[in-house]
Amino acid sequence: MAGSLLALAVLWQLIAVYAQNKYLPTPLTVFDVLWREGANGDLWKHTSATLARVAVAFVVSMFIGTVIGLVLGRYHTADKFFDAWLILFLNLPALVTITLCYIWFGLTDAAAITAVALNKIPNVAVNMREGARSLSKDFDEMAQVYKFGWWKTLRHVTLPQLTPFFAAAARSGLALVWKIVLVVEAFGRSSGVGYRLSIAFQEFDVSTILAYALAFILIVQIIEFAVLQPLQSRVNTWRR
Amino acid sequence: MAAVKDANGAAPIRVSVRSKVFPAVGDREAQLVLKDVSFEVAPRSFVVVTGPSGCGKSTLLNIIAGLDRDYQGSVDLGPAKDRLAFIFQTPRLLPWRTVYENIALALPDGDPRHAKIPAMLEDVGLSQAKNAYPERLSLGMQRRAALARGFILEPEILLMDEPFVSLDDPTAVSLRSLLTDLWHSHPTTVIFVTHDRAEAIQLGTRILRLAPGKASVVQDVTINLTEAQRHDRAAVLAEQNRIFAA
Repeated sequence: MAGSLLALAVLWQLIAVYAQNKYLPTPLTVFDVLWREGANGDLWKHTSATLARVAVAFVVSMFIGTVIGLVLGRYHTADKFFDAWLILFLNLPALVTITLCYIWFGLTDAAAITAVALNKIPNVAVNMREGARSLSKDFDEMAQVYKFGWWKTLRHVTLPQLTPFFAAAARSGLALVWKIVLVVEAFGRSSGVGYRLSIAFQEFDVSTILAYALAFILIVQIIEFAVLQPLQSRVNTWRR
Repeated sequence: MAAVKDANGAAPIRVSVRSKVFPAVGDREAQLVLKDVSFEVAPRSFVVVTGPSGCGKSTLLNIIAGLDRDYQGSVDLGPAKDRLAFIFQTPRLLPWRTVYENIALALPDGDPRHAKIPAMLEDVGLSQAKNAYPERLSLGMQRRAALARGFILEPEILLMDEPFVSLDDPTAVSLRSLLTDLWHSHPTTVIFVTHDRAEAIQLGTRILRLAPGKASVVQDVTINLTEAQRHDRAAVLAEQNRIFAA
């Protein structure tokens, strides 16, 4: 994998050197900018602001989406009634929720996070609804006969069956959430990677755009490999 | 201890299902599964319910267990209903919990019976496998774990739904003798469903035969075998012929 990424960087360098265009900087120039932004502290300020928003929006949407998905998956009448709502919210463009949230709730972090969550919740709910529909009736009966009660049933019977769906929602969720967080930052916040990118756009500063993009992709990769994947393999130890 | 159990288990179990109908689904018409199935079970007896596939045996067990409430009739388990265990046709062990955890989960938190789990694992021969996940075990071992989960409750009523199907012969034989041993050391009322006639004769003290189509009890007989005769193939076969010839 490292080899193929290196090849991409080399290819990029060659094309950039050949093109000699200020809107296509070489990878070395981009790393220079990255270094500069890191040294003057801007990089940390903006990425940490973005990460905080991503974390809050992610947790909020995973929680609410899971609850909605479980209710819809388990109760047929609720599912029939709210299915149309879910499709509506799934197809609502991110731009619409973002502008409306800012207009209705003001240019605040709360509005920004609400907008991101509204984009992500339907997605999580659809995933978790599938999970709730596939819950085993056999295990439910077993839990009922052996008088597990609701808490033991949730913890030992229901949630373990939902982990694959939860993991899928979490991984696709993280990708979606951080992309939308950048958009809400560009629109109405004065900190964060999205805000920094919008400034760079006004100056047509491609090096800075690429530098921040690179930094953030790197961070998300680290979260994926250092947090999500080990977590998933831990909850899967029982599988043959 | 024995005196308390006797006082609890003294009342017989009364089952009286006037009718149980599976409602129509799609193209399939509504189906009468059970009709006028009534019987009493004396405490500490081992009743085998037998009959061909599809005659409603499993449905009957689900009704007795309270899992199926959509029927006409009544089931009176008396005080024993709070101590009911069910051993299903598939082991139904939680694959994401170890053997030990699966057994412990059948008990309320902090229950004194937790202390008896190691001895129970010893009895069913799973001491070595207590920390294994069920899917890594053979079906025979999974069924042993399911037996342990049922018996750790020290149940007053034990319902069993063909718990030894899909096992090879030697494994089935060893599990049957394990069940007999467990039943002797933890006496309880057993209702055991099977379509295997030899198994029915070998294990039971009484047989209820359900007939297909009629969906009701066609025969209710006591099995007259001593403990020694139960291990004697010829005696089991003779008793089988006596009962099923009728």
